[in-house]
Amino acid sequence: MIRPIKFAAAALALALAGPLAAQDGEPQYGGTLNVVIQPEPPGLMLGLIQNGPTQMVGGDIYESLMRYNFDLTPEPQLAESWEISEDGKTYTFKLRPGVTFHDGTPFTSADVEFSMDVFLRETHSRMRTYMEHVESIETPDDLTVVITLKQPFGPFIGIFEAGTVPMIPKHIYEGTDFANNPANNTPIGTGPFKFDEWVKGSYIHFVKNEDYYMDGLPYVDEIYYHVIPDAASRAVAYETGQVDVLPGGSIENFDVPRIREMDNTCITEKGFEYFGPHSWIWVNTDNKPLNDVKLRQAMMHALDRDFARDALWNGLGKVATGPVSSSTKFHAGDTPDIGYDPEKAKALLAESAYNGETIRLLGLPYGETWQRWAEAVKQNLTEIGMTVDIVPSDVAGWNQKVSDRDFDLAFTYLYQYGDPALGVSRSYMGDNADPGSPWNNVANYQNAELDALWDEAALMANPEDRKAAYKTIQDQIVSDVPNLWLLELGFPTIYRCNIKNPVNTAFGVNDGFRYVWIDKE
Amino acid sequence: MVRFILGRLVKAVFILLAILVFNFLLIHAAPGDPAAVMAGEAGAADEKFLADLRTRFGLDQPLYVQLWIYIKGAVQLDLGYSFRQQMPVAELIGDRLPATLLLTGVAFVLSLVLGVIAGVAASARQGSWGDTVISTLALLFYATPLFWVALMAALVFSVWLGWLPGFGYSTIGAGYTGMAHVLDVAKHLVLPASTLGLFFMAIYMRMTRASMLEVSRLDFVKTARAKGLKRGVIQRRHILRNALLPVITLAGLQAGQIFGGAILTETVFAWPGIGRLMFEAINQRDYNVILGVFYISAAMVLLFNLITDVVYVIVDPRIRLTT
Repeated sequence: MIRPIKFAAAALALALAGPLAAQDGEPQYGGTLNVVIQPEPPGLMLGLIQNGPTQMVGGDIYESLMRYNFDLTPEPQLAESWEISEDGKTYTFKLRPGVTFHDGTPFTSADVEFSMDVFLRETHSRMRTYMEHVESIETPDDLTVVITLKQPFGPFIGIFEAGTVPMIPKHIYEGTDFANNPANNTPIGTGPFKFDEWVKGSYIHFVKNEDYYMDGLPYVDEIYYHVIPDAASRAVAYETGQVDVLPGGSIENFDVPRIREMDNTCITEKGFEYFGPHSWIWVNTDNKPLNDVKLRQAMMHALDRDFARDALWNGLGKVATGPVSSSTKFHAGDTPDIGYDPEKAKALLAESAYNGETIRLLGLPYGETWQRWAEAVKQNLTEIGMTVDIVPSDVAGWNQKVSDRDFDLAFTYLYQYGDPALGVSRSYMGDNADPGSPWNNVANYQNAELDALWDEAALMANPEDRKAAYKTIQDQIVSDVPNLWLLELGFPTIYRCNIKNPVNTAFGVNDGFRYVWIDKE
Repeated sequence: MVRFILGRLVKAVFILLAILVFNFLLIHAAPGDPAAVMAGEAGAADEKFLADLRTRFGLDQPLYVQLWIYIKGAVQLDLGYSFRQQMPVAELIGDRLPATLLLTGVAFVLSLVLGVIAGVAASARQGSWGDTVISTLALLFYATPLFWVALMAALVFSVWLGWLPGFGYSTIGAGYTGMAHVLDVAKHLVLPASTLGLFFMAIYMRMTRASMLEVSRLDFVKTARAKGLKRGVIQRRHILRNALLPVITLAGLQAGQIFGGAILTETVFAWPGIGRLMFEAINQRDYNVILGVFYISAAMVLLFNLITDVVYVIVDPRIRLTT
């Protein structure tokens, strides 16, 4: 009796292991990939625009020095190999020989230097902050790049992905007005696909890069990104077979169970490890009585986040334990408990400075799921005896209100970029708290001791030291509850099972479709 | 007639200008600007990034300067530049307008023709079961929200039956040319055009029916009957011709309204027209595009009203035109 059960378990384990190339048989060439893109990107020039849709589409055209596994270990892409000096300050990259841009010009170390030191420093706000750590970039020969840092910067090895450091062709952009260069409309990179045509409002068409440097790749001939503005219509587009891949967040969550029941349909939550989309509610601690930690703790314990995950997100995602996502480096799993406990919440509320004030809750205008989530939160808070008003807005209005700190509680979610120093610290560091942007320390959390520790932790060369520092930070922040953490969001990528390998790295579909092939049997 | 048309055109220019200024101020009164929206979609931005964008978009200028620049351009038919889409607005609208005109045009004609026919048919046998069926259907179409009809139509005819494409303008990547392309577009047009047309069809039907019944009780119709004219001739030449006037008034008004309906239909059916362009532009605070679309659609409404007035004269020569 034991044997067959064991066998079944092994088969199940294999099936759960996901689409590994080895199991799926020999890759086949040819075919067209039809993918949903939402919303229509403002442009495809990844060095100029960092919007979600641009990053998703741009990853087929633009590449960076490395790619990252699901556990964020770097893998070679345009760099064949790299070395980090003992003191953590010098990074030496050996570039892959024989790489050309789509117009046939060879890709060399000069392009790396130009991209990082000139182009992206000018245009890319995230890159600008990373470049502050860079002392110099040298190019001893065409295939060697030596980057020297001012001091060790732990997260540096994690930034070399296409969305952050896309390789920009120097011969096209040098000495031009980057933002208005006509070449922005016909993007050129080193990636597996070439830009062909963009019919605004309908589709973006890419064709295979026949001269791609990775042997035998890519497999598919062309990609169509379909622009479909309505979420229900995107679901219909998949159901009628007009598109084959629905990247994470393409359809409303309540449509997911219906679509996943369809024949020949696969679904994966993988591919967001690097981004670690982390949702929370900003608490405007400038407003009374929200500056009272007891009140914030009460609200934290009042939120039924399991319900939100199961009912609103269809079981996708994880309940957050604090400021750092579990897929991000240095996540501490043993921070103080912030779980659902309405009784404790009521007790804390009674001790707090709350006197029945009406609290304004600003929802996130990103579709039905978020609207309902705001209603669920209102319900949770009402249950412990608070009065909550939901403030509606559109995307532009939301930006304005959060920038102006014109709210009491506000939904948001942010990416973490794999490392607390890249994607987490910005939301909690005291000197990053000025109004004017919805993505800095909006809660105005002030803790001078932790600020110093954040700074130190980013510049430690030894990962073990960083781990210890981030553990202290996480424990303290979780006790102070400057925000109400909600979920590590799970964005499902839905695709037809005969589309093989759509998600291969911690970047999901943003990584480009070089390994994708279509099983036509 | 020529003097009338010219006079109306001169008036139209001033109305357009007023609409322009009003819209400009209205849009800038809404919270948030395009730079903030673009930064929002990137999920991060520093002050320099936002300031750079605002300088590029000209948003760092005082409002009256921006307005003056816009009006100066608009009178020369220069609608400005969409920084979001990186294209001149005129070009953007030029690309999208044909799709909207096709959709609204077909929906308009379809609803008018079918609505009038159904109305005439219903009024011919007042109280019969045919009348009841038509009237009930019209009431149903009139009362059902457009987006629900659109989604149900897509669900039934596209997902369940697989007869018609559920969205888009043509089959992407099929590379049809000539007649095959026309047929392909026509197939894609069926669901959005009939969805958009249903509501208006119901209105025309009810209007025609009521109007026909009213006219048929008038004395000159009795006279015609007494003369022994054939029923069909009375219906067509005496009743319908007079009953149509209120329908035309309404149709003229609705030719403008149908643009509003197009926003929803185009969004649900991913129809690449200006209604959807405007909807997206509003969400993205793409000021120049919003203003451009308002400008064009206001011009269309004025044009349709003018046409309606001219059509009056053709249908009923007793009507005199005065500006």
